[in-house]
Amino acid sequence: MKLVEHFKAGLDAPICLTWELTYACNLACLHCLSSSGRRDPRELSTAEAKAVIDELQRMQVFYVNIGGGEPTVRSDFWELVDYATAHQVGVKFSTNGVRIDAEVAARLAASDYVDVQVSLDGATAEVNDAVRGAGSYDMALRALGHLRDAGFRDAKISVVCTRHNIGQLDAFKALADSFGATLRLTRLRPSGRGADVWDDLHPLPHQQKELYDWLVAHGEDVLTGDSFFHLSAFGSSLPGLNLCGAGRVVCLIDPVGDVYACPFAIHDEFLAGNVRSPGGFASVWRDSELFATLREPQSGGACASCSFYDSCQGGCMAAKFFTGLPLDGPDPECVQGYGELALVGAGAAPKPSGDHSHRGGVRGGPVPVTIGTRPCVESPV
Amino acid sequence: MLSLHPQVSVRPEPFGALLYHFGTRRLSFLKDRRLLDVVQRLDGSTSVEDALTAVPEKERPAFRRALSTLEETGMLA
Repeated sequence: MKLVEHFKAGLDAPICLTWELTYACNLACLHCLSSSGRRDPRELSTAEAKAVIDELQRMQVFYVNIGGGEPTVRSDFWELVDYATAHQVGVKFSTNGVRIDAEVAARLAASDYVDVQVSLDGATAEVNDAVRGAGSYDMALRALGHLRDAGFRDAKISVVCTRHNIGQLDAFKALADSFGATLRLTRLRPSGRGADVWDDLHPLPHQQKELYDWLVAHGEDVLTGDSFFHLSAFGSSLPGLNLCGAGRVVCLIDPVGDVYACPFAIHDEFLAGNVRSPGGFASVWRDSELFATLREPQSGGACASCSFYDSCQGGCMAAKFFTGLPLDGPDPECVQGYGELALVGAGAAPKPSGDHSHRGGVRGGPVPVTIGTRPCVESPV
Repeated sequence: MLSLHPQVSVRPEPFGALLYHFGTRRLSFLKDRRLLDVVQRLDGSTSVEDALTAVPEKERPAFRRALSTLEETGMLA
């Protein structure tokens, strides 16, 4: 059996585990995957979070990708980071930079087991702040400056690619180089509040090609979290695993301990269980019916006859689900154009399961240029 | 003598093993269970050839290549 077939059938423990520690956030980004803003009062306690880390150590999950919300606003954040690294669970955390001052940067620079990703969605304040809110560009650059000055090696600048920043890829790379950081590009998903801005922000077809060519040209110098495998149908595969890892090698633990198939699929349809249930996370990962289904061989459905199916594997499950497309058909951004055709006849997009957004927004928060209405797609027949 | 880097963690899998280097944050896959055995035997062996004794002669070149890739990527030191 080839390695990729083992991955499709699921491993005994995830390779890539994302853990959103809190839904609380100081920002209100328009495209937030987890619709974050307000803390959920049922959030895992410090003791419960440490019990999850113990379990990850037993399962030999090498590292967790911690996010949120803004994880650093949890008062026990550093305690949990120290606990994880002391238990052979490395930490990569995503932040908007709000708590990364000189002192924190020095502390981070002293650990080999902590990796930091600072989110930035524009190479200029104008483009970034339109999505992430006023002042967020300066905040991110301040954090990156502290990390560089403290001697932190190889921080990441994490960018969600949108219609407004695809033209800035070289500028992002130059910015990362100036901080001694590595650029990480990821795909915009129509998940959480991202559903509201998807039609306005997702890259246009010619920009997909521009992005693909740029990724091919930069190879392993740029990280992507393997999130652009739908672009592989343009030609040669991009570096990384070209498959959907949801429930197979990837999953998400949310702030209240709910386990979802992937970070982009926070919805009841993809809820596998909760870490608070008997058996904990390990039993959810190993025994959930949902994950068992995701680990079965997939047919390819409407994509099976397409000659590019082997390259793109039908694309991203979450992107299909949240745009109302069937899971066994083309991705909404299928580079062969089948997604656009499918969207014409698609059903209504599903309603989100949870919304933690700040009520009434935040001061300086981004204001969508067009209010989040999706066009009413009805079959003309 | 070559052996697993102290910052490398090994997770056995049905297909072989996952290796993770906490320093370089690189993940590697060992696609053969016997390669994992060899890697684990390095510690306590006097030479690479000593660790390869259980591997049939004609397969050893492939194993040597795999070991040198692991050395180049810092998994073995």
